[in-house]
Amino acid sequence: MPKNKKTGAEIIWECLERLGVEYVFGYPGGAILPAYDAMTRYKVHHVLVRHEQGATHMADGYARASGRVGVALATSGPGATNMVTGIATAMMDSSPIVCITGQVGSKLIGSDAFQETDITGITLPITKHNYLVTRAQDIAPSLREAFQIASSSRPGPVLVDITKDAQNGSCEFDWEAAAPQRQHFVRGSFYNKTQLAEAWELINQAKRPVILAGHGIILSGSEPEVLAFAEAACAPVALTLLGIGAFPASHPLCLGMMGMHGEAWVNKAIQESDLLIALGMRFDDRVTGNLKTYAPTAKKIHIEIDRAEINKNVHVDVPLIGDLRELLPQLISGVKRVDRSDWLSAIDDSKQESAVRDIQSLPDDGHLYAAHVINELWRETNGEAIIVTDVGQHQMWEAQYFRHEKPRTLITSGGLGTMGFALPAAIGAKFANPKAEVWVIAGDGGFQMTMAELATIVQEKIEIKVAIVNNGYLGMVRQWQEFFYDGRYSSTPLWSPNFQKLAEAFGILAFTVNTRPGVIPTLRAARQHRGPALIDFQVEQEDSVFPMVPAGADLHAMIRRPSPLIERATDV
Amino acid sequence: MSEQQKLHSFVLYVENQPGVLNRVASLFRRRAYNIESLTVGHTERPGISRMTIVAGISEGAAHRVEANLYKLAPVLSVEDVTHVPIIARSLAFIKVAANDESRYRLMEIARVFRARVVDLANESLVIEITGTEDKVHALVGVLRPFGILEMARTGQVVMSRGTKPPANGHSAGRNDLLLEEEAPQSV
Repeated sequence: MPKNKKTGAEIIWECLERLGVEYVFGYPGGAILPAYDAMTRYKVHHVLVRHEQGATHMADGYARASGRVGVALATSGPGATNMVTGIATAMMDSSPIVCITGQVGSKLIGSDAFQETDITGITLPITKHNYLVTRAQDIAPSLREAFQIASSSRPGPVLVDITKDAQNGSCEFDWEAAAPQRQHFVRGSFYNKTQLAEAWELINQAKRPVILAGHGIILSGSEPEVLAFAEAACAPVALTLLGIGAFPASHPLCLGMMGMHGEAWVNKAIQESDLLIALGMRFDDRVTGNLKTYAPTAKKIHIEIDRAEINKNVHVDVPLIGDLRELLPQLISGVKRVDRSDWLSAIDDSKQESAVRDIQSLPDDGHLYAAHVINELWRETNGEAIIVTDVGQHQMWEAQYFRHEKPRTLITSGGLGTMGFALPAAIGAKFANPKAEVWVIAGDGGFQMTMAELATIVQEKIEIKVAIVNNGYLGMVRQWQEFFYDGRYSSTPLWSPNFQKLAEAFGILAFTVNTRPGVIPTLRAARQHRGPALIDFQVEQEDSVFPMVPAGADLHAMIRRPSPLIERATDV
Repeated sequence: MSEQQKLHSFVLYVENQPGVLNRVASLFRRRAYNIESLTVGHTERPGISRMTIVAGISEGAAHRVEANLYKLAPVLSVEDVTHVPIIARSLAFIKVAANDESRYRLMEIARVFRARVVDLANESLVIEITGTEDKVHALVGVLRPFGILEMARTGQVVMSRGTKPPANGHSAGRNDLLLEEEAPQSV
C-alpha cells in the first residue's frame, strides 16, 4: 500500500508550498477545477483576478518587486490565451514567472474539445520553456524544473499545462525524486583570463568611459558590486529604463536614463565616450538609436549572462559572459584608479544646457503638467514608494522626474511596452512587499485596459494608490502623430469615464485634480488614507516628452525641449 | 540567398521527446530563415537524438541561431560545423524513365557514380545514391535528360573528422568563437 498517495491536483499545491509560494494569482474554470478544489486544503493564498492577463502581470509585478518566482493560474482555452500578453511581457523583461494552466483531458487533446487550445504551441516562442503534463506523476518534476528554469541564469516565464485527468489522477508523491534532472541550462560563466586582462586594459586606459547599467544588475542583485566598480573606475553610469534603481540617482556618478527619452547629456556622453562598459543590458533599439552611428569612437565591453545577447545589435570588443555578482569583483580587482575629473566635468558642463529639468522653479501658468505631478509625488514620498507605471508618456516622465535610489522601486514594462500593465503589476508588487507604499502611475488609455482589477484591490483589501495622468489622448501615439504625421490625430483622442466616480463605485476614495496648487494637498490626502485611493490628474493635453531621439535616428540627433514648459510658464 | 549568405550546418544533440523539433525549427522560422535540410535520428546514447540542420544564412545569423539554440532546455549541445573538417553525406532515390534502349546506359551511369539500381521495371528504374550534395547533384544532372519521374532525398548527415569528441555538453571555451564574430547588420 503506497504511503504517500496524492492526486495530481494535491501535488500542484504540495509542490507550490514546498517551493515557498505564498500567493497565486488566478481565475478558475472547467479544466482547472480539480486544482481549485484541492487548493482549499493548502495554505497558499489565492488572489482572484478579474482577467487572466491581470494574473500574469500580478505574478510579474510580484517577481519584479521581490526577486522571487511569481505564480499565475488559469483554466484552459480562453483562460490560457488571455495570459499570452502577460507571458510575452515577462519574457521581454526577463521576469521569473510560472503560469499553470488547466488543459482538457489527455484523451480529448486534439479533438477541438470545449475550451481546448494548444497553449504550449502558442506560448512556445514567448516562454523560456513550457510543459504539457498528461500524467499525475509528471506534475512534481515539471513544476520543480519550471521554477528552476524560470529563476536561473537569465530569468523568464515558464508555462506548465496540466490536463484535467492528470489533476484527477493519483500517484505516489516523492518530493526528492522530483528534483530537477536537467542542469545544463543553468549556465555558468564563459570567459577566460585573457578576456579579463583585455577588459582591465581597456578600462584602465579609457579617458571617457561610460557604464551602461541594465536590468541584469537588479536581477542578479549586484547593485553593491556595480557601485564599487563605478567608484573604482571613476566612470559615470547611464541607466536603461529597466536599469533604473540599479544605481542610486543621487550618486554624483549617476547620469540618469539613456536612449530615446534620455536627457541630452546622457546620450552625448555615450556618443563621445571612448569605452562603453555594458552591464546586464542588451543594446535595445530604444537605447542605441541608429546602430551605424552609435558610440562611434567607443570600444565596448559587454558583461551579460545570456550569450545570445553578445554581438546581437552592437559589436563588442570584449564579451564577458556570466553573473555580474561573480564577475564584477574579479573585474574590480584589476581596475586602477585613474583621474577622470576632466571627463566628468565635461559631462557636468553639458548638463547646464539642460537646466530645464529643474521644473520646480518654473512659475505656475495655470496649466497642470504631468512632470510636476510626478515630481511632487517623488518629493512627497521621499522617493521611497514603489512606483508601478504603465506605458507611454507618463512612463517616460516618471523615468525623468522621479529619482530612484533603490532597486525594485520602479516596476515598468520595458521590452514589450504593455499598456494595462501597471494596475495588476502593482497588486503583485504590493503582495510581495505588503509594508511598502505602492503607487500606480498610468495614463488614461492604459488604465482603461485593465481597470477591472480595481475590484481585485477592493476584494483583497490592499492599499494601493493610483495616479492617472489623464491628458485625454493616447499621448505617446499623439506625440508621434504630431512630430511625424503632420499632426493628424488619427484615433488618439480618447473619451474617458469620470474616473473619480468610477473609483467611488468600487468604494475607493477618489479625487480629481486639474491645478498645480491642488497636487500636493491631494497627494497628502491620498497618502494619509488607510486604504486604496485614486487621483485623476487632468493634465495639459498636448504636452510631449522631451528630449526625443526619433526611432532609428542618431542618438545625438535628438529633438530637444523646445521649452514649451518654460515659454508657457513665463507667459503668465 | 544573397551574397553574404552561405550554407551553414549545425549538429545538435537533443532530448528525444515530443515538441523538440518544433522548438528548434521555431528559432529559424521566427527569423524567417529557410531550412534547406534537416535530419533527425537516434544516437549511441538512449533517449538522445542527433539533428543535422542546414540553412542558408549569414555568418552573423548563424552565430545568433547557435546562441539561441543553446537556450532551449531540451537541447544538450549545438555545434556549427561549417568551418570544421567534416564528412557529409545524403542519400537519394531517383526514379528514371527507362526503355530497352536507355536501360543499360542508365546502369552504366549508376556504376560510374558508384550508385546502385535498386528497382527495375519495364518503363523505369530506381537508382539509389549516397554521397555529398555535389555528387548527388551531379548525378541528377546527368539523369535529367532521360526523364526523372520521381526523386526522394534525405537531408545531410554530417560527422566531424578525426577523434575530436562531439560537443555534447556546454563546456567552456566556446566563447572564443564570439570574438571572431562579424559586426552585426544594422537594423
